[in-house]
Amino acid sequence: MKKYLNILIVLTVCFGGASIAFAAGLINGAGATFPYPLYAKWAYEYNKKTGAKMNYQSIGSGGGIKQIKAKTVDFGASDAPLTAKDLDDSGLIQFPMAVGGVVPVVNIAGVKSGQMKLSAEALSDVYLGKIKKWNDVKIASLNPGVTLPDDSITVVHRSDGSGTTWIFTNYLDKVSKGWHEKVGFGTAVDWPTGVGGKGNEGVATYVKRIKNTIGYVEYAYAIQNKLAHARMENKEKNFVEPSMEGFMAAAANADWKGTPGFAVVLTDQGGKNAWPIAGATFIIVQKAPASCANTKEVFGFFDWAYRDGVDMAKSLDYVPIPQPVYTVMEDAWAKEVKCGGQGVWKR
Amino acid sequence: MPISDGHKSGHAADAAFKGVSFFFAFAVMALLSAIIFVLIKESWLSIGKFGLGFLVSSTWDPVQGVFGALPAVWGTVVSSVIAIIIAVPISLGNAIFLTETAPKGIKGPIGAAIELLASIPSIIYGMWGLFVFAPFIAENVEPFMIERLGFIPLFRGAPLGVGMLPAGFILAIMIIPFISSVARDVFLMVPPILKESGYAVGATKWEVIWKVVIPFAKSGIMGAVILGLGRALGETMAVTFIIGNSQRISLELLNPGTSISAALANEFTEAVEDIYLSSLVELGLILFVITFVVLAAAKLMIARSSYRPYSGGAR
Amino acid sequence: MSLHYARRRAVNSIALAASLLSACFGIFFLVWILKDVFRFGLPAMTVAFFTELPSPPGVEGGGLANAITGTVLITALATVIGVPAGILAGTYLSEYGRASRFASIVRFLCDILVSAPSIVVGVFVYALLVRPFGGFSAVAGAVALAIIMLPVVIRTAEEMLKLVPDSTREAALALGAPHWKVTVFVVYRGAMRGITTGVMLAVARVSGETAPLLFTSFNNAFWNFKPGEPTATLTVTIFNYAMGPYEDWHGKAWGAAFLITALVLIVTLTARFLTMRRVNGNE
Repeated sequence: MKKYLNILIVLTVCFGGASIAFAAGLINGAGATFPYPLYAKWAYEYNKKTGAKMNYQSIGSGGGIKQIKAKTVDFGASDAPLTAKDLDDSGLIQFPMAVGGVVPVVNIAGVKSGQMKLSAEALSDVYLGKIKKWNDVKIASLNPGVTLPDDSITVVHRSDGSGTTWIFTNYLDKVSKGWHEKVGFGTAVDWPTGVGGKGNEGVATYVKRIKNTIGYVEYAYAIQNKLAHARMENKEKNFVEPSMEGFMAAAANADWKGTPGFAVVLTDQGGKNAWPIAGATFIIVQKAPASCANTKEVFGFFDWAYRDGVDMAKSLDYVPIPQPVYTVMEDAWAKEVKCGGQGVWKR
Repeated sequence: MPISDGHKSGHAADAAFKGVSFFFAFAVMALLSAIIFVLIKESWLSIGKFGLGFLVSSTWDPVQGVFGALPAVWGTVVSSVIAIIIAVPISLGNAIFLTETAPKGIKGPIGAAIELLASIPSIIYGMWGLFVFAPFIAENVEPFMIERLGFIPLFRGAPLGVGMLPAGFILAIMIIPFISSVARDVFLMVPPILKESGYAVGATKWEVIWKVVIPFAKSGIMGAVILGLGRALGETMAVTFIIGNSQRISLELLNPGTSISAALANEFTEAVEDIYLSSLVELGLILFVITFVVLAAAKLMIARSSYRPYSGGAR
Repeated sequence: MSLHYARRRAVNSIALAASLLSACFGIFFLVWILKDVFRFGLPAMTVAFFTELPSPPGVEGGGLANAITGTVLITALATVIGVPAGILAGTYLSEYGRASRFASIVRFLCDILVSAPSIVVGVFVYALLVRPFGGFSAVAGAVALAIIMLPVVIRTAEEMLKLVPDSTREAALALGAPHWKVTVFVVYRGAMRGITTGVMLAVARVSGETAPLLFTSFNNAFWNFKPGEPTATLTVTIFNYAMGPYEDWHGKAWGAAFLITALVLIVTLTARFLTMRRVNGNE
C-alpha cells in the first residue's frame, strides 16, 4: 500500500514536471481526410521553422464540423462547405485552403487509364443502379472502339461520412434529376446500390481487388494507387482528364467575395477544361474562440501556409489558393473573429 | 464470520476503511447506472423521434435524417451467431482434448496457447484480418465457395474477402478461448465417480464424454456459449476492419454488412446533425441492453449449473 | 457384437481425433497471426521508430515515439485511477460484504461490466468528459480504460483476498489489531502476489484497447505529456495507419502491432507463470 502511494506520488510529480517542461503551444485541428497529407506536411515544416505544434487529425469532414461546433478542437476542416446560415447559427467562419478533385476510377480488363469516357447521365445512372452492365448502350455509345464486357457493374462507395462523398454526390445531384429526387447529397447518403469501403483507401482497395468495379476517390489516391480513371464530360460538353489544370479551371470563375460564408461549390463549373467534380477544402474556426491565443496561432499557421506553402501544395497535387482570394479571407479573419471586442488576427 | 461484525472495537479508522471500500463497491453500481443514464439521455432525441420503429426500420439515411437500427442489429446478431456456430464445436473439442484426451505433458502448453488467443488485442485481429486473411480468402476460398456452395443463398455474394462471413469467422477465433476455458472448467467439475461408473460398464472414452460428461455439464456449457456470444456481440475493432461497412441487409453472407459497434467506430466522429448522433448513441444503448441481457442469462445459467466460476468464500 | 464393438471404437477414435484437430485449429491461427505480426512488424523496429515523431506522408523516416509514450502515459493513468478503486471495492466484497445481497449484486454487475462493449464505454466517456470539458484528453482516455479495468481488478482482488484463510485473520484480530490493519498488513500481504498478477493482466488487456480511445484520448502528431491534451496511442495509430494510403504507414502500423502484441504476450505469460506457481502451492 505504502509502495503504491509512493508510485502514485512519483507519477504525479513526473507528469506535473513534464507539463511545465512541455508548455509550448499545441494547436488541435481535426476533419477532412482529403487535405490531410498537405496539412501534415505544412505542420511538419512549420514546426521545424517556428517550433509551434499543429496537431491535425484526419477524422473526416463531418467529424471536423462536429468537433469545432463542440469546441473540442481549435479548428475544424471540411471538404463540404457549411452554408452561410449554418455558419451564422453556430458562430463560425470558414475559408478555403486548397482545391482538389474527385475522380471516378474503374477496373475493367483491357480498359486503360483515361480510356473510358463517361457523361454525367451515364455516371449517375450507374450509381443509381439503372445501368447494370458495362456494355449498356448509354456507356457503349460514349466509348466507340473500347471493348466493354457483358458483365455486371459493381459499384463502390464510401461507407464512412466523407467530404469526398459530399463533392461527388453534390455533382450527381446537380446533373441528374433522378439522383436529386431519390438520393440527394451529403457527407453520407443512402446509396441505392453498391458496396462500401472505409476511406479513400477502402474504396481504392475494393476497386483494385474486384473486377468490373467503379468507384470514386480523391485525385491523389487515384494517382498513388495507379487506378484507371475515367474521363468526364464537363458542362461545355468536353471530355476532360482529371488534372491540376482541370481543377484550377473549375475554380477560376468562382466568386469568393460574393458568396455568403465563402461557401463556394466547385462542381459542374463552366470553362473549357474545367474538371466537373472539383471542390475546395475548408478550414472552420469559431468567431468567439474558446482559446484566443490558440486561434491566433491557427491564423498565423494558415497565413504562412497561404504564402509559403504554395510549392509544397503543388508537389503533393493540390491546387493552392491564389493571392487575391486569400487576401479576402484574411480580411474576414481580421473583421469577424474577436476576443473581448478585439480582433484576434492582425497581420 | 466472526471477523466481519464481531469486532466492534470502535476504531474510527475501521469505520473509515470500511466506508471507503464500500464507496468503491457502490461506485460499480453508480457507474453502470451512469452509463445507462447517459446513453438514454443522449439518445432521447432519436428515441422520441423514431420510437420503437427505430428497431425495425432498415433505412439509414443521413441526408434525410432518417435512421433505423435493423441493418446494424442484424449484422451484430448474424456475425455473432456465425461465430458461435463455428466456435462452439471447436471449443468443446478443445475442452474435451484438454480434460480427457491430451497426454499430461502437453495439456499445459496447449491450454496456455489457446488462452493466448484471448490476449491478442482486438485491433491486431482486425489488422491481420484486413491485410492477410481477407486477401487470402478472397483469392483462395470465396470463389470456390461461391462456385460449389452457391446453390445455397447463404454462400453467395461478392468475393471481397471482407463481409459478414469473414467477420463471423474472425470473431469465432476470438471467442474460442473464452468458451474453451469455461467449458474445460465445467468438465473438470464432473465428479470422477460418474465417469468411472461409465468406464466400469465398458463405455468408450467418447461414450463417457457424450453420455455422461456433456449431459452433466449441459447448463454450464450453455452458460459458456452465451458468454462467448456476449463477447462476440460487443466486439468492435476486428469487426470494423473486416465486416465491410455497408448499411444494408443481405442474406448472402459473403456480402459486406455492418454491426452496431462498427457503425459507431466508423460514424461516431462523423455525425454532425444531432439526430444522427443521437441515433448512433441509441445503437450503442441497444448493444448495451442486448449484451446486458445475454450476459445476465449466461451468469444465471452458469450459476445454476454445479460450476461456479468464482467459488470459495462464504456463501 | 464384434462389428458393433469395432464401430464404437471407430467412433471413439474419430471423436478423439476431432478433439485433437479442434485444439490444433486455435493453435494454427495463433501461429499464423503471430508469424505475420513478427514478419511484418520486425522490419519496422528501427531506432527511429522508438525515438522520432511521425513524419508527414512522403517524407521518409520518422517513428512512433509519441504513440509509445502516449500508450504508457494513458495506461499508467488508467492504472492509477482503476487499480486502487478496484482493490478497495474487492476488499469490501471479500472482507465486509461477503454474502450480503448488496455484495452479490455488485458481483453480478461486475461480471456484466467485464464484457460490456468497450466502444460503448468510449461513447459514455465522450459524453461525460470530452464534450463538457471542451476537448479530447489523455485523462478521458485513461478514465475509459480505468472503467474497463475496474471490474477485472475488483473480481481478481476479491478472489485473491478470499484465498487468505479466515484463521489468519482471526489470529491477527486476536492479537488486538484493528480490522483495517489486519486487512492492510495481513490479508493484503497474503494476497499480494495474486493481486499483482491480476492487475498485470488487467493492465495488459487495456493497453491493447482501441475502441474506447477513439473518441477520448484521440490522437496527436507530437509529443504530449499533459494529461489535458489529446494523446497518441499505439492502438489508435494502428487504426489510422492501417486504413491510410501509404505503404510506409502500413509498415509502421505493423511495427506498432508487433510492439503491443509482444508487450501483451510477455505480460500474460509472466502472469501465467506466476499463477501457475501459486496454484501449485495452493490448490
